Amino acid sequence: MSEPRQSVSLTVNEERHDVTVPNRKHLADILREDLGFTGVHVGCEHGVCGACTVRIDGAITRSCLVFGVQADGAEIETIEYLSAQSETRDLVDTFVAENALQCGFCTPGMVISAAALLAETPDPTREEVRAYLSGNYCRCTGYQAIVDAVMMTAAGRRAAKGERA
Amino acid sequence: MSKQILRAPIGQSAPRERARRFATGRGRYTDDAASLRGLHAAFVRSPIARGDILEIDCDAARDMDGVVAVLTHADIAGRYRPWRAGNALLPEMKAPEQHALPPSRVNYVGEPLAMVVATSRALAEDAAEQVFADIDPLDAVADIETALAPDSPLIHEDCGSNLCVSLTSGNGKFGADFEDADLVIEDTLDFGRHTACPLETRSMLAEYDPGSEVLTLRISHQCPHQLQAELAKILGLGQHRLRVISEDVGGAYGLKQQLYQEDVLVCLAAMQTGRPVRFVADRLEAFASDNHAREHRVSARIAVRKDGRITGFELDDLFPIGAYPQYPRTSLGEGNHVLRMSAAGYDIADFRSRLRLLFQNKALIGHYRSVGHPVACAITEHMVDRAAAALGLAPETIRLRNFLSDDSYPRETPTGVHLHYLSQHACLDRLLADMDIAALRSEQAKLRGQGICRGIGIASFVELTGTGNGFYGPGGIDVSGQDGCTLKMEPSGHVRCMPSVTDQGQGTDTGIAQIVASVLGLEVADIRVLSGDSEITPHGGGAWASRGISTGGEAAWQAAQTLREQLLLVAGHLHQRDPATLELTEGHVVDASGAQITTISEVAHICYFRHDLLPDDMPTELMVTRHAVPRAQLFQATNGIQAAYVEVDTDTGFTRLLGHWVVHDGGTLINPKLVEEQIRGGVVQGLGAALLEEIRYDEDGQLLTATMADYLVPMASDVPDIQVSHVTSGTAEGALGAKGVGEAGVAGASGAVLNAVNDALGPFGATVRQMPISPRTVLTALRAAAASATTPPFEDAP
Ligand code: FES
Ligand code: FES
Repeated sequence: MSEPRQSVSLTVNEERHDVTVPNRKHLADILREDLGFTGVHVGCEHGVCGACTVRIDGAITRSCLVFGVQADGAEIETIEYLSAQSETRDLVDTFVAENALQCGFCTPGMVISAAALLAETPDPTREEVRAYLSGNYCRCTGYQAIVDAVMMTAAGRRAAKGERA
Repeated sequence: MSKQILRAPIGQSAPRERARRFATGRGRYTDDAASLRGLHAAFVRSPIARGDILEIDCDAARDMDGVVAVLTHADIAGRYRPWRAGNALLPEMKAPEQHALPPSRVNYVGEPLAMVVATSRALAEDAAEQVFADIDPLDAVADIETALAPDSPLIHEDCGSNLCVSLTSGNGKFGADFEDADLVIEDTLDFGRHTACPLETRSMLAEYDPGSEVLTLRISHQCPHQLQAELAKILGLGQHRLRVISEDVGGAYGLKQQLYQEDVLVCLAAMQTGRPVRFVADRLEAFASDNHAREHRVSARIAVRKDGRITGFELDDLFPIGAYPQYPRTSLGEGNHVLRMSAAGYDIADFRSRLRLLFQNKALIGHYRSVGHPVACAITEHMVDRAAAALGLAPETIRLRNFLSDDSYPRETPTGVHLHYLSQHACLDRLLADMDIAALRSEQAKLRGQGICRGIGIASFVELTGTGNGFYGPGGIDVSGQDGCTLKMEPSGHVRCMPSVTDQGQGTDTGIAQIVASVLGLEVADIRVLSGDSEITPHGGGAWASRGISTGGEAAWQAAQTLREQLLLVAGHLHQRDPATLELTEGHVVDASGAQITTISEVAHICYFRHDLLPDDMPTELMVTRHAVPRAQLFQATNGIQAAYVEVDTDTGFTRLLGHWVVHDGGTLINPKLVEEQIRGGVVQGLGAALLEEIRYDEDGQLLTATMADYLVPMASDVPDIQVSHVTSGTAEGALGAKGVGEAGVAGASGAVLNAVNDALGPFGATVRQMPISPRTVLTALRAAAASATTPPFEDAP
């Protein structure tokens, strides 16, 4: 008995990929194993830790909770791409400068979630940052440097726009 | 050569090269490595806590799609050497034989029974479901109180008892009455079973090349050399034919410090199939089979005089270690640290402690960051607070009356720990100032009037860092307390730096690059650090007991000094100067006036290509290795103090963390930002221990916490900002004066929260004695207090 498979077409980081994958394979594993986007991390495979967070059609999503076949036709963005985009580069630079990561395993998901937060709420409070990122577990940092990095990025963007710092 | 002082970039908060890689999705964690024709392993694991294996039927599984091999004990017996986790210093300690797969008996839920190797993980799991293990269930030993009962089943019959080992320490007689006491208070605390829960689970990829007979194991691990040495013994290979690579590791915290059965099995499967074999634990396997940590029942007695002097302290630690001691280090360290570090910072004439390690039909308990220290700190500081409350003293007052006096060092504790110097008074002063204790207490009092119940807790701790060779070496355990560093200056004047210490995010690599750059007058970017590969780095300890900078940094410092002397020797000859008058600064060789004489890269180039310019007997080695090992003392003891401010909802039992402060003595800070982030991260792990985290089993030894929704680790919204301050005092050994910092955060956090919650509950006469402090724990304590009449403070007096 061989595994049921289907072909799916995914646009990942602006490149189109056609792959044939087992029906039961989740998107995180396809991105990692079939397409080589190892910046997608898998920490729990049950939707709790947030390490597998990617953007699907613009919305942040846990890729361990999506089967590859469900994502057929979707546009997906991973950290490899998002970290190089001008709209997120300041956030990435601030994560590095503030040491908002240690082992780095949570970081791709954390950065993608933080970018979404700043897109929704350009002027968040520390509590709002903590609440928004509470679906992304970090076992190393204690979170404070992450909150600092998000707040500093927000302040930097406002300053660049000539708003109050 | 001129005497060098510490200079930049030492002391600067340089950013980490790895951090940039990680933040752009370019980490190279074990499972990120591709492998051609690679295979995947899945394990059949015991569904019950204790039973006799009657038969394992693998026929159906072997015929399945994609399956390349199915291995049971019978298939691998004789191809490896089983192991025992003992310590030659303690011949009475029971060290039952451990196998890669059990020959006849399973001893915990999750224990591997058989291994399936297939072309994908999913197919391997399909086949694992078709392996039929016939196990005759036996009564499990899953309770710490009954494990030592005469009628308890024996987990290891050949050991004759479920007691692994019992030790006592101190200078008094365990169990004897205290003399010189106006009041003796007794209490017992229960500490939950934790697990380090790194976000990256245990992962490995083994490849065997039969041509050169070299086995390469990529593995998410802290101690590649230790694993190389152990696997060589177990698999019968030369250590030079085993390469262990731990490049990027997604969190470890002590959990990835030992040998696991899967490590051996994956290597055996790679050798058998001639193909790469990969295993990545899923989260359920992680909870069931990763080493767990803590779980203690500690009873203590504290004797005090009415003037607030503590005259006696006794503790009795019951520590259930699971089915076997972890290998190779054994599970003793955790208990040993409780035995030795409890009350270590107090001047107590009569101190005694007893430790008993018990076997249980549960997963192994091993090391987790800050081994033993949080337990030692919490029991000590809980008892000190109870004494203070009984005597009507403020928590800081009783501590000041009993801390070891600043002019009494160097000294030894009653348990034989050498203390070079502790800065406890300075740390307490700083803490009280940072938290503005007076303002906090008046806020607390005001809110109490409004029915809001807040508490302030202080916890002081002594910690052992940078451990040397005195424990494992004579114990017959090949764990290196020594660390080394190789520096290779390239002809361009850039440096490749290969330390034996490893970096799982602490920033050790960056700290070492700063040290090397400081000595050589280079920029951090001129140094490339390559760590975590047993084939290229000197043999050393890796990451354990906060040694990255305190020991590894010292080795790097010495190697860099040697390289510096070499460069100055050649430069002096070329420019007709006395090398002792020269210095390396900003990429140049400079004279005493600071005038630039030549560049470092020019000197390096000459050392490789222009021997015609140099005398025949002039050395030109630009590759240097130096090692460092603490010799004068087994540990580098240091200290710190923490405070927590909490609010307890007495209706729901829910505890909210409002503020947290740390003052720590880390000696010289090579990179202050990285030090502070180490401490904060540790604090949050300690806050998880205090309020959330617990691995639970039922009375039959069945695992109840199997997902990250059951085992709660702190989220961003659970924890407050943490203020960190430093006190700096010197070290007995070493040029840098750096002490370990990795464990300090965990060491004091849970004790501070426990004391804060009990401070909050004080007006109700309630005391919590259990961690994690769940809402149920709080409500139970409140109900118990309400049910009993208020008790006079001197009720326990003898
Ligand atoms: S791996 Fe997807 S949420 Fe944890
Ligand atoms: S940096 Fe290690 S889990 Fe967040």
